[in-house]
Amino acid sequence: MTYVRYIDKTREYYRSQGYEKPYQWAHFDEVAFQPLHKPLAESRVALVSTGEVEVKGTNLSEDENQMGNVGGVYSIPSSTSEAELFSASHSYDKHATTLKDVNSFFPTTRLHEAVGNRRIAGLTERFIGVYNAYSQRRTLERDAPEVLKRLREDGADVAVMVPV
Amino acid sequence: MSLVSRYLEENGIPTVVIAAARDIVEHCGVARMLHVDFPLGSPCGEPYDVEQQRAILEIGFNLLEEASGPRTTEIAPFVWGQGSEWKDLVFTEARPWKSGEDEQDWLRKKALYKTLKAKGKV
Repeated sequence: MTYVRYIDKTREYYRSQGYEKPYQWAHFDEVAFQPLHKPLAESRVALVSTGEVEVKGTNLSEDENQMGNVGGVYSIPSSTSEAELFSASHSYDKHATTLKDVNSFFPTTRLHEAVGNRRIAGLTERFIGVYNAYSQRRTLERDAPEVLKRLREDGADVAVMVPV
Repeated sequence: MSLVSRYLEENGIPTVVIAAARDIVEHCGVARMLHVDFPLGSPCGEPYDVEQQRAILEIGFNLLEEASGPRTTEIAPFVWGQGSEWKDLVFTEARPWKSGEDEQDWLRKKALYKTLKAKGKV
């Protein structure tokens, strides 16, 4: 069975719910490509996620307005154990799966294992969370540069990126 | 996420996007995508299936090493354990994307966004 065409499917779904104006998904003709600069076994890896992952008992929010879908970037110490992490996101198929195992969408333990196996050299001190924004301009002009800044500060050679 | 990936690639950091929504990521255009044909929420493997999660991350690493140009899509060789019914049912009346508290939360966020926009804050 072929994969789900979410662009068509959501357009149809929201039209049936009474929303006439379809969401314009980002589209570009040009795509940059960066080859690995060194072997993975010598590379420090960052994890970037839109899974709204949080650390139990702490407030990671760095922008009081982010709950208004205005985007925003925050950090999670990469040393945080999976038992301390959770996501309260509603943006997943709750009829078909669950967010109870963070490694399904935020593969922190799997990445730590890869360090243990020397598949990769290490992880950045911070993993990065990005909130989705209605405004693509805001993601491009504010959040993406902030992610780059934090990755550079942490000496990231490579980023594993997981949208949920 | 695709937008951020593109920005990192433009600025010297190689990326791999591990995603379930293949059409959305390809429509945007990224350097490397590992498509895992699972329900939204589980792109890195089925919950608690540690071996599968390891295998998926390893395919992602291979993609980082082996892709030779942009828009390289690799397909993970796994099928969702509970069958493919979810593909027909996602975003349908039978399985509303948001309902109850989730829907209220979504509407609240939407209203907040409108307020912020009216104030020129977004």
